Amino acid sequence: MHIPDGLLDAKTWGTAWVLGGAALAYGVTKTKERLQERQIPFMGVMAAFIFAAQMVNFPIAGGTSGHLLGGVLAAVLLGPWTASIIMATILALQAFIFLDGGITALGANILNMAVIAPFAGYWIYQLIQRLWNNRTGTLVATFIAAWFSVVLAAGACAFELAFSGMAPLRLVLPAMLGWHLLIGIGEAVITTVVVGYLTRVRSDLVYETAKV
Amino acid sequence: MMRKEVWILLIIAVLVALFLSPFASPFPDGLERVAEDKGFLEQAEGKEVIHSPIPDYVFPGITNEGVATAVAGIVGTLITLAVAYGIAVLIKGGVAPKQEARKGQETG
Repeated sequence: MHIPDGLLDAKTWGTAWVLGGAALAYGVTKTKERLQERQIPFMGVMAAFIFAAQMVNFPIAGGTSGHLLGGVLAAVLLGPWTASIIMATILALQAFIFLDGGITALGANILNMAVIAPFAGYWIYQLIQRLWNNRTGTLVATFIAAWFSVVLAAGACAFELAFSGMAPLRLVLPAMLGWHLLIGIGEAVITTVVVGYLTRVRSDLVYETAKV
Repeated sequence: MMRKEVWILLIIAVLVALFLSPFASPFPDGLERVAEDKGFLEQAEGKEVIHSPIPDYVFPGITNEGVATAVAGIVGTLITLAVAYGIAVLIKGGVAPKQEARKGQETG
């Protein structure tokens, strides 16, 4: 759901830049505090993996495809603040190098996929994981959080399109949510498989939830 | 030292970029589909504000489309790795993890 240039009006993309930018600036401060030195290579590898995985669109239904966003994947393993930096880095590179997502729309794409997806997803993850605090609970929490992250980001995208006058909210919101209910299942499966693999021997790659 | 699982994740990223990206579904994604159905996709036509070096994940100058995508994929994956790593080092105050480990050995 990378919004291209031309779909958002100036007040919408401008507001999104302010909100997304403020969240990122705070994210840098939090990452400086929380990211451990030994996690620096992991942050690079996580970004590389999410970039590569985002290229692989999977067909869902009715001639539509989706791909991994990766916000919850990064958030579960490195924490939501670091995840927002990773996602914003990927989105900026995609916009500037690959024409995937617009430049004016980059703030909105950051808001949806680098702020809303990892944070909303992480809160849901944390809620479930605290109630069900073992490996199975962690994986179930990951699955549900990943699904919600896509649906909520799609919802935010629909609001931005409606604010920009592209289509009325009553049409664009159900349409965006409808497709992303399905795309979210792909997100949930991929995210859970990767988190499951990385934590199969030791759970120390999972971000310490108590620190948030 | 990077954990074995992290190395494997990096190898998987490279393999996905090289061998899976050419087989990505060509169908429009959720947003494109909605923009098409609701008739506002054309609003984005010709609205690009910059000239991208590798537009739409097709590396220029390569005639085979699958190869062009795979090359774009590996180039993008390695750039992302380098930039994200660099940002992590910068955020942590310019301390690369190796230097940190060495410091640890010296003092310990």
